[in-house]
Amino acid sequence: MSTTFIEGSIAVAKTVGVCRPHVISAYPITPQTHIVEHLSELVANGELKTEYVNVESEHSAASVVLGASATGARTYTATTSQGFLLMIEVLYNIAGMRLPVVMTCVNRAVSAPINIWNDQQDSLTARDSGWIQLYAEDNQEASDMHLQAFKIAENKDVMLPVMICMDGFVLTHSFEPIELILQEEADKFLPPFKPQYYLTPKNPLTFGAMVGPDGYMETRYFIEKTMRTSLQVIGDVAADFHNQFGRFQGGLIDTYKVEDASLVLVAMGSVIGTLKDVVDELRAKGQKIGILKVRSYRPFPKDEIYRALNHVKEIAVLEKAISLGYGGILVNEIKSVFYGKPKTPKINGFILGLGGRDITVDTIHHVIKDTVKATFEEKFVGLNEALIGGK
Amino acid sequence: MRLDLGAIAKAGTSKANQTCGWRNFKPIFHQEKCVGCGLCKIYCPEGCVTMVEKKKYTVDYTYCKGCGICAEECSSSDIEMVVEEK
Amino acid sequence: MTTTLTASKEQSCQTLLASGHTACTGCGEALAAKLVLGAAGSNVIVTDATGCLEVFTTRFPQSSWEVPFIHSLFENSAAVASGIEAALKSLGRQNEAKVIAQGGDGGTADIGLQALSGMLERGHDILYVCYDNEAYMNTGVQRSGLTPFDCMTTTSPYGEFSWGNKHNKKDMPGIAAAHNIPYVATASVSFPKDIENKVKKALSITGPKYLQIHSPCPLGWRSNPQLTITVARLAVQTGLYPIFEMENGKITKVRKVSTPKTPVEEYLKIQGRFAHLFKSPDGNEEIRKIQEIADRNIEKYGLA
Ligand SMILES: Cc1ncc(C[n+]2csc(CCOP(=O)(O)OP(=O)(O)O)c2C)c(N)n1
Ligand code: SF4
Ligand code: SF4
Ligand code: SF4
Ligand SMILES: [Mg+2]
Repeated sequence: MSTTFIEGSIAVAKTVGVCRPHVISAYPITPQTHIVEHLSELVANGELKTEYVNVESEHSAASVVLGASATGARTYTATTSQGFLLMIEVLYNIAGMRLPVVMTCVNRAVSAPINIWNDQQDSLTARDSGWIQLYAEDNQEASDMHLQAFKIAENKDVMLPVMICMDGFVLTHSFEPIELILQEEADKFLPPFKPQYYLTPKNPLTFGAMVGPDGYMETRYFIEKTMRTSLQVIGDVAADFHNQFGRFQGGLIDTYKVEDASLVLVAMGSVIGTLKDVVDELRAKGQKIGILKVRSYRPFPKDEIYRALNHVKEIAVLEKAISLGYGGILVNEIKSVFYGKPKTPKINGFILGLGGRDITVDTIHHVIKDTVKATFEEKFVGLNEALIGGK
Repeated sequence: MRLDLGAIAKAGTSKANQTCGWRNFKPIFHQEKCVGCGLCKIYCPEGCVTMVEKKKYTVDYTYCKGCGICAEECSSSDIEMVVEEK
Repeated sequence: MTTTLTASKEQSCQTLLASGHTACTGCGEALAAKLVLGAAGSNVIVTDATGCLEVFTTRFPQSSWEVPFIHSLFENSAAVASGIEAALKSLGRQNEAKVIAQGGDGGTADIGLQALSGMLERGHDILYVCYDNEAYMNTGVQRSGLTPFDCMTTTSPYGEFSWGNKHNKKDMPGIAAAHNIPYVATASVSFPKDIENKVKKALSITGPKYLQIHSPCPLGWRSNPQLTITVARLAVQTGLYPIFEMENGKITKVRKVSTPKTPVEEYLKIQGRFAHLFKSPDGNEEIRKIQEIADRNIEKYGLA
């Protein structure tokens, strides 16, 4: 292990590099660019032996890794926002074909209006696609989770693609001291990819056959069942990682001072950092407050969340995404965790940080006060009143 | 054969599907004037014409859909389409 | 009396596209795919775009492919093939198989054009085969960029204000050639030996190759299934479907049209998709325009 002061994107690229992917294909889009630029550099310098395919679109990037993965190669791609949306057709296809592709979704707002800043509306559009989605809080976690991602995806009981989601700019472009994973360490952690079936004349199988009403539903059943299995695998891989590296970076959820808390903030991604500052401050003043981080959003760890929060009186769910016409997404999934249970806490939803809107310590204080004061489904926080005044 | 791993099918298994039921006309290979050009075999979209010997070709009626291409293209008019009796 | 022998199952499996597929009776695309595989041999990995070919060969749990095959989506056959080729290289397995990407005219010239352009530009060692049946057949015969002029389809119907498809066939081989690739060719199911030669030649060349095969569709063309080869042959003989080979940007070989010249009516009149041109005397003017297209092809490619 070696600690380096390094940009998040570069750390991720270096970790992907030591995972020895056979084929990488990507298309540039802000703020994903630094990741793929650095990978290209590694290839150009001979530090990384991989086929790097410079494609003409994200649709093709995903298709290239699809074809490569089906041929038995370990594959990686990365995108964000519009590129992510362009990829979605292929993303569903990759999951349906049970190909263990790993990708980074750098989280960014979606157009229109065009906006290159961070929120999580892009990856959430693919929440039902059959991809495992893991959200990183900081760059150490983002970097470490890429190594774990390949091990989870390629597990023979999983064989589903894994998406590591990391907030654009906030993480990708920030510098932190990172413990980078060395090649020997990665090799020790991650066994070579040996799929059971792959495209070869030695065993000429047909991939991607057409399935009618007599079998399609079962394909969905199998993926859903595997998602349940993968809850265990994600935990096991996190434990393996902890054993080898001494850092616990992975698993399904993380809790921070939740044990005795009466109010808990629930969120995904980099906002957790800001929440911790506020929680520390309020704890010092005696308020019983904690944080639950949803790391694995798909599969959604309902039982773990329930176990962690069943003693809590009030929950505030903070999310950088919205299902337009319905409201908060995560908040409703958290609510469903408590459905039919003996005690249901107050659960308030907050939509914030869309399109890169600042989430300050004050914003969080506001969220907490609101949650103590009132009960509501969800509300926007941090709106600019001058802009919505009807002018 | 592996629906749990994304609809993977085994090679050549469509042979279980006997398409003969589609047939309204049936090619009769008279095997009299055959010059052995092989066109009937080459042109058959079902791949169900075979060579028995140099100037003798035959059809596997299990799959023949009765398109009539073989009869149409036969170099020596040695294949005749007759109404399929069902 | 004649006796007919029934071949054994083993004998009937003479091609790498197994019997039992569900293509319509007399399907030119099924024949073309059979011929391509026959020429390519079993050391290949093939991809296919969504379309008739994919549907009639891969009804789970059955498959007609005797070679490794993958279907992903409609517009990404070339990109999936690029990934396969890159993987074979990266895994040191490039001698294991040649990669063949396939698509219909829609999957190639319309929605898949971008992915194909990327594949050609990047120089992948792949043979791309377009089965040109001149419309979106799988979805019910809608027009594509390769549907010929004045052809009736379900989205270019004949009517008081319409003679059918308003546009000329896109010059797809020309577009492929503009990528400066080593080999571009057209072919027709009516000349199977030619298909075989072209597939073999293409596969002997390293780099991206493009082969477009005219493949009649009795259903969409409203032609007699028995006449699949006849129709295809007439397209070539009239000059409406020029057959040529282009190596490194230069036309190196063409198939001459018949002498004396076969008028386009011969080709048009045996297909329901052009029947409206023969309904009234006004159609003669349209037929004249189609004859002009043939004449231009004959001149452009030197087919006379
Ligand atoms: C993105 C997308 N758009 C549309 C379709 C519907 N679709 C499936 S096959 C097809 C037409 C195929 O036409 P072509 O490529 O010419 O092949 P053919 O069936 O004629 O052999 C269409 C429009 C689809 N599957 N995917
Ligand atoms: S009638 Fe058609 S399907 Fe039957 S053998 Fe002749 S060419 Fe083949
Ligand atoms: S096409 Fe006719 S002549 Fe030629 S091999 Fe077949 S049966 Fe014989
Ligand atoms: S619709 Fe046309 S291309 Fe499709 S299977 Fe039928 S004949 Fe073949
Ligand atoms: Mg078509």
